[in-house]
Amino acid sequence: MEAGVKSLFDVQKLRAEFPILSVTVHGKPLVYFDNGATTQKPRAVINSLVEYYTACNANIHRGVHSLSQEASAAYEQARESVAEFIGASSAQEIVFTRGTTESINLVAHSFLSPRLREGDTVVITGMEHHSNILPWQVLCEKFRAQLNVVQVLDDGTLDLKHLNSLLEQRPKMLAITHVSNTLGTINPIEAIVRMAKACDVPVLVDGAQAVPHMQINVRALDCDFYVFSGHKMYGPTGIGVLYAKGDLLNEMTPYQTGGGIIKTVAFDHTEYVNGALKFEAGTPNIEGAIGLGAAIKFVTEVGMEAISQHEMKLHTYARTLLKSIDGIRFIGEANDNAGVISFVVEGTHPFDIGTILDQQGIAVRTGHHCTQPLMERFNVPGTVRVSFGVYNTIEEVDVLIAALKKAIKMLK
Amino acid sequence: MNTIAATEQEIVEEFEMFDQWDDKYQYIIDMGKTLKSLDESLKTDDRIIKGCQSKVWLHSYVKDGKVFFEADSDAIITKGIVALMIRVLSGHDADEIVKAPLNFIEQIGLKSHLSPTRANGLAAMVKQMKLDALALGATLKS
Repeated sequence: MEAGVKSLFDVQKLRAEFPILSVTVHGKPLVYFDNGATTQKPRAVINSLVEYYTACNANIHRGVHSLSQEASAAYEQARESVAEFIGASSAQEIVFTRGTTESINLVAHSFLSPRLREGDTVVITGMEHHSNILPWQVLCEKFRAQLNVVQVLDDGTLDLKHLNSLLEQRPKMLAITHVSNTLGTINPIEAIVRMAKACDVPVLVDGAQAVPHMQINVRALDCDFYVFSGHKMYGPTGIGVLYAKGDLLNEMTPYQTGGGIIKTVAFDHTEYVNGALKFEAGTPNIEGAIGLGAAIKFVTEVGMEAISQHEMKLHTYARTLLKSIDGIRFIGEANDNAGVISFVVEGTHPFDIGTILDQQGIAVRTGHHCTQPLMERFNVPGTVRVSFGVYNTIEEVDVLIAALKKAIKMLK
Repeated sequence: MNTIAATEQEIVEEFEMFDQWDDKYQYIIDMGKTLKSLDESLKTDDRIIKGCQSKVWLHSYVKDGKVFFEADSDAIITKGIVALMIRVLSGHDADEIVKAPLNFIEQIGLKSHLSPTRANGLAAMVKQMKLDALALGATLKS
C-alpha cells in the first residue's frame, strides 16, 4: 500500500461482508470497478431479502392478519429510513419506484405533462444520462415545447452562464444530474437550485450517482424532486426512490392506476388516497424496499463521510498513476468528482481495453455509458470508465494499472 | 481452396497451440491489424452494423459465381474476429455460406464474443453475412 494512504475503516473486514468479491473471473480474483453501473451487495442486504421471504412474506396494506401487518410495517419502516437518510421532512414525501428511470418518468407524466404548453421550454444539461433526456424529449415533442440543453465545458463542468440564460426564459422544468455518471463531475447543485428558484423553475435532481458517494440533504438542497436507485448504493435492483417536496405529490395525479391507491372505487368515479401511496399502484417491490432499508443501514454504519473520503483517496491515487501512461486522455477533469475516472487511450478502442481487462479479472465499463450526446461533445466513440465503491482498495488500483499497461502493449 | 469445414478445422488447430489467454488474444489482435482496412468509400451507412460499443462495416459482393466479403471494425479485437469469419466464409458458394454451422468460434473459446449481448456487432455481422449470401445467391440463380 502506498505510504500515507490509510483507510478510515478496515477495508478487508468490510470486503468480507460482500460474498461476491471472493469470486474469480477467468481464473483471476475479481476486481470490480463498475460501481457506477451497479454495486455489489453486502450480506446484510442479501440476508434481509432472504429473511423477508423466510419469515414475513405477505401482501401489504390490506390484510388484518399478522404477517401482512408485519410486512406492511417493514415496508413503511424502509420508507422512514429513506426519508431520514436524505433529510426529507416526512416519509410521505417518499415514493418507491422501480428505479431512477421510473422516478423521472413519473415526474414527467404526473407533474410536467399537465403543465406543459406549446412554446414552453424545458431545460436539461449536456451531461445527462439517456434516462434524464428521453422522458423530457418525448413530452416536448408531444406538446411542441422546446428542450434546451446546457452546454458542457471542456473540463466536464457545466456552463453556468448558459444555464442562467436558459433559466431566465422561465422554463417549466429543470432536470439535472447531481453527479455525471460518465465523467464523475459533481455539479454545484445547491447553487444551481438557488438559480432555478430565483426564476421560479421547478427542479428535478437525478441523484443516482450521488447518493452512494455523499451525504444528501434534500431539505437543505431545496429541490422539488430528487430521484435515485437502490442498486447503485448496495441495495437490490428494481427499487428506487422519488422524493417530492411537501405537498407536491398531492397536486399530482397518478400515471399508473390500480389496486392499493384508492379510497373508493365506483364505475363512474374513483377517489385516490393522498400522498406517496397514490403512486404505488399494484403490489410493490416489498422485499426491494426492505433491502434498500438494509442498504441504508449499511452505508450509514460505515459512514457517508468515511465512504466519500475512502473513494476520494482511491480516485486521487488512480488518477496520479493513470496520468503517467502514454497517450491517456481523461474525459472530464472537474475538481469535484465523485469517484469516477473516464478515459481513452490514444490508438486504442475502449471496447478492446475493456475486453483485455476482463480477461485479467477486472470489471470496468466501456462504451457511451448511456450518454451519447456527451460522447459526441468530446468527440470520442466511448470511454473506459473506472468507478469506485466502498470495498475497493489501493491494491486493486495497482492491479488495474498493471493490467491496463499490458492491454495497451498488446493493442498498440 | 479449402472447404468451409476444413478452414474451420484449421483455425481450431491453430488455436490449440495457445494455452495462455494473452497469446490467443494477441493472435486475434494481430489478425485484426493485418486485415486490410475497408476502403473509406465503402464505409457507408448502409454497410454499417452497429453494436452498442464497436462498429462493423460489411461489404459483400459476387465474383466468378462466388460470394466474397470484405469488412472492417473500429475495434481491433472485433476486427480480428471479423478477419476469422472472412477467412472461413469468403469465396464460397452462397449455399455453403448459408449452411455453415460456424462451430469453430465456440471451439476456440470466443463464443461470448458472438453473443448478441456482447455489444460488438459481431453476432449481427454473421447474420448479415448469411443474409447477404442468401440474397446474392438468389441473384446468381435468377
